[in-house]
Order: sequence, then C-alpha cells, then structure tokens
Amino acid sequence: MEVPILKQGDVLIATFQAALSDADLNQLRSGLVQKVVRFRSRGVIVDVTAMDVMDSFASRTLREIAHMIRLRGADTVIVGIQPEVALAMVQLGLTLEGVATALDLEEGLAYLNQKFATMH
Amino acid sequence: MSDGEIQVAINSDQDIILARQKGRALAAELGFGASDATLIATAISELARNIVSYARRGEIALKIVNGAGRQGLSIVASDRGPGIPDIRQALRDGFSTSGSLGMGLPGVRRLMDEFEITSSPGLGTTVAVKKWKH
Repeated sequence: MEVPILKQGDVLIATFQAALSDADLNQLRSGLVQKVVRFRSRGVIVDVTAMDVMDSFASRTLREIAHMIRLRGADTVIVGIQPEVALAMVQLGLTLEGVATALDLEEGLAYLNQKFATMH
Repeated sequence: MSDGEIQVAINSDQDIILARQKGRALAAELGFGASDATLIATAISELARNIVSYARRGEIALKIVNGAGRQGLSIVASDRGPGIPDIRQALRDGFSTSGSLGMGLPGVRRLMDEFEITSSPGLGTTVAVKKWKH
C-alpha cells in the first residue's frame, strides 16, 4: 500500500493509511526524498496515526528518512504515535533519537512554522 | 473462541503484517486490553522479522493457553535457518549479526512474560513466548 504524499506550500505531508510492509516503508523513504528535492520542500510531516505497530525496521526507516531529509536542509516531524505504540517502542528499546515528534498534524505544522520563522 | 492453533507461514515482509494482525485479533478475542494487544503484536512483528532476516522462511504459531487460573497467549516462532551460534550474545542488548536489528530478542523478552529459546547451528531456531492476562 503506497503512502499518499500531499504538498502544502513548503511542507510535504505523508499520511500512513494502514500497516505498512517493509517494501512500502522503503518506497516511502525514496518517494519522500525525491519529492523534497523536486519541490524544494523545507519541511516534512509523517503522520503515523494509523500505524498498528512500530517495530525495529519501521523506526529505523523513519530515522533514516528524517536524517536524509535533514541533509537536504529540511526538517521532519513524526506525528500521531499512539500511546500504546509508544509503550511498546519503549519496552522494545526503540528510540527516534534526533527526530522531532509532535502530538498530531496540527502541532506538527505549528512546529515547522516556528522553525521556518526563526530561520529568517 | 478459537481453541485450535493458528499457524502463519512466514515467507516475506507481507507475512510479518499478517502474523501480527492475527496475533492482535486473537489477543482481543482473549480480552487483552489495547496496550497489551499492541505489545503482543509488536513482539510477533519482531519475531517474524527475525525469521525473514535470518532464516528467510519459517512459521509463527499462535495459541490460547491456560495457566494457574489464568489465560494467556502463546507465540512460537520457528525456522530451519542457520541457527544462533551464541544465544547468550544474541540476548544481549545491541547485538546484531545482520547489522539491521540489534534489538530483536532482548526487546521481545521485555515485551512478554515468558521467553524460551532453543537453537542449533545448521538446524534452526525456535522462540517460544507467552503473555498472561493480568
């Protein structure tokens, strides 16, 4: 299942619709990075509200996405990690170190707008 | 309520999702709360991932078990892959031979209540875990 990527001004928004396979996650990674380059985006929001499980592969891929986009000079925010998913991640020992997170889409956008404002 | 064993063949990354969805459904059927169901689904995802990464193919068996006055969910992940030469090392946090996981087994042990592993080099690996309803 492909993750739709929406362009809204300087920001790209990728919203998970369901559980993603490893192949889907890899596709998202390359798709997002390509679009950040093409649209010269300054920010990316990945909405994982619909993600049932965040295992080692998923969190590693999200970290990679954020770091690749950082190298393009843009910021990534992961939003919508569900409380029970967060609990499982902590017990499993997974972190999203160095990656910004926010409660939901609205707060993610607010975070990016604040970042853009301080850059001027 | 299903009393038989549910077996899920693990041959690809798609099967990882199928296995954890079946595990979550069974956990819900047993009356586990949303948090525990997610812990169970996450453990299944990691175990299935180990099969795909190290052995390519294997199986996950899910079963309702009865203990001392309580019910639980048993998950057995088995493969006929290369096996783990040093189990103690594999259970240490941060250890990985495929360079990708590193969290797998010690993490799964923390997610579940019971954890057993048997492995023979060249013959395969079986990881059996259980989660009890509290």
